[in-house]
Amino acid sequence: MTKQQANWSPYDNNGGSCVAIAGADYCVIAADTRMSTGYNILTRDYSKICKLADKCVMASSGFQADVRALQKQLAARHLIYQHQHNKQMSCPAMAQLLSNTLYYKRFFPYYSFNVLGGLDNEGKGCVFTYDAVGSYEKVGYSSQGSGSTLIMPFLDNQLKSPSPLLLPAQDAVTPLVEAEAIDLVKTVFASASERDIYTGDKLELVIINAAGIRREYMELRKD
Amino acid sequence: MQFTASKQPENCLLGPESDSQRTLYPYVTGTSVVALKYKDGILMAADMGGSYGSTLRYKSVERMKPIGKHSLLGASGEISDFQEILKYLDELILYDNMWDDGNSLGPKEVHNYLTRVMYNRRNKFNPLWNSLVLGGVKKGEKYLGTVSMIGVNFEDNHVATGFGNHLARPILRQEWHENLSFEDGVKLLEKCMRVLLYRDRSAINKLQIAKITEEGMTISQPYSLKTYWEFSAFENPTQGAVGSW
Repeated sequence: MTKQQANWSPYDNNGGSCVAIAGADYCVIAADTRMSTGYNILTRDYSKICKLADKCVMASSGFQADVRALQKQLAARHLIYQHQHNKQMSCPAMAQLLSNTLYYKRFFPYYSFNVLGGLDNEGKGCVFTYDAVGSYEKVGYSSQGSGSTLIMPFLDNQLKSPSPLLLPAQDAVTPLVEAEAIDLVKTVFASASERDIYTGDKLELVIINAAGIRREYMELRKD
Repeated sequence: MQFTASKQPENCLLGPESDSQRTLYPYVTGTSVVALKYKDGILMAADMGGSYGSTLRYKSVERMKPIGKHSLLGASGEISDFQEILKYLDELILYDNMWDDGNSLGPKEVHNYLTRVMYNRRNKFNPLWNSLVLGGVKKGEKYLGTVSMIGVNFEDNHVATGFGNHLARPILRQEWHENLSFEDGVKLLEKCMRVLLYRDRSAINKLQIAKITEEGMTISQPYSLKTYWEFSAFENPTQGAVGSW
């Protein structure tokens, strides 16, 4: 008989969904607060949203330990940037830094699925969406994580963004006003938590606009 | 857990693991740790078993230890790795003490340190085979967190490792509240430990409960829980199971 072994994997999937929507003068970034492993819920109140700069926020799902390491790495790099340039990093700059940081570990990747949202230098909303090894794209809205397969088509249907193939390139920001976008995000999470067991407990929304940063919470299904 | 068929070359005298310097699987392991916040601090419970596979090899393993002045560490998983971690922490606390500046590491700092150690070792593909629970109180602030073998970490009002996640946390979620008295906290932990004792085969009926408050910490003497095995289903477990012994 072969040896009965407790094997281990350096990765785990702790689940969770992230959404970001960019508007003309705002950006909404949201994620649920459930953290799971397998069929277990580890905790119902874990924030997946990380403020990287004054006008730049990242929501991440995937493997919690990698996500935390990534957040620390970005925070450290941003601190150096502030010392060198005496200003906050812009959202597009942080987007490139995040991509490079992920690709740096191309052959032992951070198992993290991120959306980055914020305001660009003109004060317009912007969203960047990533894969685990750093491919990224600037979009008008995006969803990542365990519930993304349920959320993304819903957003596509509701937001009807212009095709990226159109020439000349059209603006990707959504036509919604801030309150409508917040309502939409709440709806997609309420829907995703009906079917995705890794999404639920509580929704955390971060809204960035000219006035600053604001946080909102909404209860989700707990089963 | 799974069965892995390892195919060895026939002319190889040594097994494929013979030159490995890593923990490939745990040897002596401890089972669940359960902990919760209560009115004045943190309560933690763990039994004293040390299993060698499915053999109950040791029966007096202390799996909860004080760390510095404000923290309490509980561990499940590989016992030798836990002792290694205690060595790291002893050094950490000692070197912090040598500054002699009146500062001391609180539970939050110790937990963060453990988080980094565990994650760092998984990055080297040489994990410390433990699930750790860290509780403490400093400056009126209660703290309770946990770290896994691969570095997954979080804080909560109550935590458990291993089987405790399946069996104890549902009870804790139902019955825990902010203002638990010491007596009610102990009762709740004992309820969890009793369920684990009945259903977790590597749990043993010899446990300790540790308490940490602003005033200091105490780890109880080992004691046993009252059990009741006279249910007819226990006396004749295979009755009604057709074709069984």
